[in-house]
Amino acid sequence: MLGYYATTAISSLRRSKALAALMVLVIGLGIGASMTMITIFHVLSGDPLPGRSDQLYAPVIDPRPLARDHNEPAEPDGNFTWPDAMNLLHARRADRQAVMAGGAVPVRPMQSGELPFYETGRYVTADFFSMFNVPFATGSGWRSEDDESHARIVVLNSELNRKLFGTTPSIGRTVRLKNADFRVVGVLDDWRPQPQFYAQLNGRVFGKTDQFFLPLQTAQDLGLDFNGRFSCWDSGGDARTSDHCVWLQVWVQLDSTAKAQAYRQFLASYWRDQQSHGRMPRPANAQLYGLMDWLTRQHAIPDDLRLQLSLSLGFLAVCMLNVVGLLLATFLRRGGEISVRRALGARRWDIFLQLGVESCVIGLAGGLLGLGIACLGLWSVRQRPDGYAQLAQMDASMLFGTFVLALVASVIAGLLPAWRACRIPPALQLKTQ
Amino acid sequence: MSHSPLIASLSRHKLTVCLLVMQVALTCAIVCNVASIIGHRMAQMQLPSGVVENELALIESISVDETANQLAKHDADLAALRTIPGVSMVAAVDALPFSGNNWSNGISLVPNGPALTTATAYNGTPDRMRVLGLHLVAGRPFLPEEYIPLDAAHDWAGINHVPSTIVTRALAAKLFPGQDPLGKVIYPGDGPVRIVGVVDHLLRPTLDESEASDYSTLFPMLPDTTDVTYVMRTTPQDRERVLKQAQKVLAGLDSNRVLRRPQSFTQMREDYFRRDRTMITLLLSAALGLLLVTAAGIAGLASFWVQQRRRSIGIRRAVGATRRDILRYFQTENGVIVGAGVVLGVVLAYALNMLLMQHYALQRLPWVYVPVGGAALCLLGQLAVLGPALRASGVPPVVATRG
Repeated sequence: MLGYYATTAISSLRRSKALAALMVLVIGLGIGASMTMITIFHVLSGDPLPGRSDQLYAPVIDPRPLARDHNEPAEPDGNFTWPDAMNLLHARRADRQAVMAGGAVPVRPMQSGELPFYETGRYVTADFFSMFNVPFATGSGWRSEDDESHARIVVLNSELNRKLFGTTPSIGRTVRLKNADFRVVGVLDDWRPQPQFYAQLNGRVFGKTDQFFLPLQTAQDLGLDFNGRFSCWDSGGDARTSDHCVWLQVWVQLDSTAKAQAYRQFLASYWRDQQSHGRMPRPANAQLYGLMDWLTRQHAIPDDLRLQLSLSLGFLAVCMLNVVGLLLATFLRRGGEISVRRALGARRWDIFLQLGVESCVIGLAGGLLGLGIACLGLWSVRQRPDGYAQLAQMDASMLFGTFVLALVASVIAGLLPAWRACRIPPALQLKTQ
Repeated sequence: MSHSPLIASLSRHKLTVCLLVMQVALTCAIVCNVASIIGHRMAQMQLPSGVVENELALIESISVDETANQLAKHDADLAALRTIPGVSMVAAVDALPFSGNNWSNGISLVPNGPALTTATAYNGTPDRMRVLGLHLVAGRPFLPEEYIPLDAAHDWAGINHVPSTIVTRALAAKLFPGQDPLGKVIYPGDGPVRIVGVVDHLLRPTLDESEASDYSTLFPMLPDTTDVTYVMRTTPQDRERVLKQAQKVLAGLDSNRVLRRPQSFTQMREDYFRRDRTMITLLLSAALGLLLVTAAGIAGLASFWVQQRRRSIGIRRAVGATRRDILRYFQTENGVIVGAGVVLGVVLAYALNMLLMQHYALQRLPWVYVPVGGAALCLLGQLAVLGPALRASGVPPVVATRG
């Protein structure tokens, strides 16, 4: 019976070609626009570190003095002062822990005569590599003894390694960063987690990759330039190692929720302990956020994109209203035909089903068009200069999602008109025609 | 013309009319808000930076050698850049509008007092005011003896000793509303700084949403960091060539440095607003798409109704209605529906605006967008219905006798 309804649906759509085309076009536009944005969201809110992310946590404490004016944000930005970060690192209360900061240094090529160039990377502590499952092509990271001895060693990401050494093996060779020589101990296998979750998060964390990693204490020792947000509330002393400037990120790995609970308590007791030393005057409120939770809280996805998503959903809503109106008009015009069918014995349900199938046919055609429009939309997003642009690709689940959305939307759009049309009384219409 | 048949016929299509009204309302609400966002972004993009934008060529130089005397190195670089044909003036600065790296200080009017606001500190060599073409509207330029090093090595300590400053008009108005700012003392650091001049505009390196985008202070401090930007004043057509030569000249003078971002000021401005331009294009196409879909919906339903009512139109024509009456009838009908939609849409527009302000830190919807949006929608409705209405008015009276 459904097959028969589908045939009648197509033939009745053929009768009012222009209107059918309009409905398909409108559904296609709505589905296409919203699927473009939904796909981008789906891709950007993906897990940057599958398999490990549920064990990673960002601790947050607030070392700021009591609020002085109402302009300052109520929540701390999640960065740490040097003493706090070092205290947490040396306490070793988590399964793994690492302190890190972004950096940019001039890299001096080996060939004389060539100008140095700037490269961005990260100053980290030993556990960074094992904690984040960083894939090595050759060599390895370093041990915490190297951190403490301020070893001059570096791990290169594949791109910088290729740029400096080409295809020749680079382990043990020397790289000159700013004014110091570093020995290469490891080369990564093109590691580029998206977003770069461990960095300070802002609207531009997608598309970036670190090209080198070297011990944090060494970088501090040599005064290598730090890159990123650095906020202080007091002056005096060396700002970077002072207890009144926050700029470092701390990540911990905790293998079970029980351990996470224990770590939360440890943070709270650390806070109270600092208070007894006259620091951290705000009421103790230590937090521990899981990785995915942290990304959401920090608005890793740019606000402009959220706005675009809302806009596209609003667009879909207007398109759907439009289609409901048009469907209602087409169904009601066929009042005569429907009442004849009813008079011949069709139940309301039969009419409802027949019209429902008709709106599904329109929905499917619209979905097909919408898929094309979404692909076009994603292509145009890939032309954008933003870091997330290259990630905007359609995948299987989104492909399937497009059709589900199109079908669901058209069925919903068809419900009201079909319900209204199946209530046409059998005889009355015959008389008036 | 009596409107009672109009209302009667609308009430026969309650559901369809309601849908159309809702669609128009939603379109109106979204389009008004989208237009306001576009307007706001466009306004930001057109803010005057205060500098002669199309005559400036920029290059950033970062010396790798930290032990050298940076002031002397900068002087040598400046002397070399001055020899490039086509370059009329050169200056070294630490930041520029749209350059991104922003050094802001809290400004108070008493020592260690509460900051009234924050303002960007711009530093540079003595020629900088003339190179950038800053427009001094009151007071005097800096005197040669006022210049001191920035002292970046000691936590930018120059800010605590600098004697004078030139501020933007917007900042002066914020700090000393209704007063003459010249001669007044401000505290951007530990020590007092006297305002000796006022420039009409100088945007900050990064813009935010408020009028604070123009809160800048110029200080007579010489950049002594390894990282410095050279600004060359030249003619618009010479900029490309000057930039190429500048790279050669600087690399030849000292190869132990990184040269970054050789570009014209115009390019830097374009890069700064690239995201906004994408967003504007996107918002524009969304608004256009919405209007188009709504217009198509109106036209589709109208032509439907015309077909459906051919007989009644014929009868009305037969009993004396002119073509004009029929045309009017459909136009009025459309006006009533779209008008109702717009009224509802105005309420929705403000509701949507509140929602957006809550979630995206957007600004309040300026009222002017609402009547303009409403009027545009009404006009669009009339245009959309024109075709079907003309067809309706063309129905001959003889139709009444058929069927």
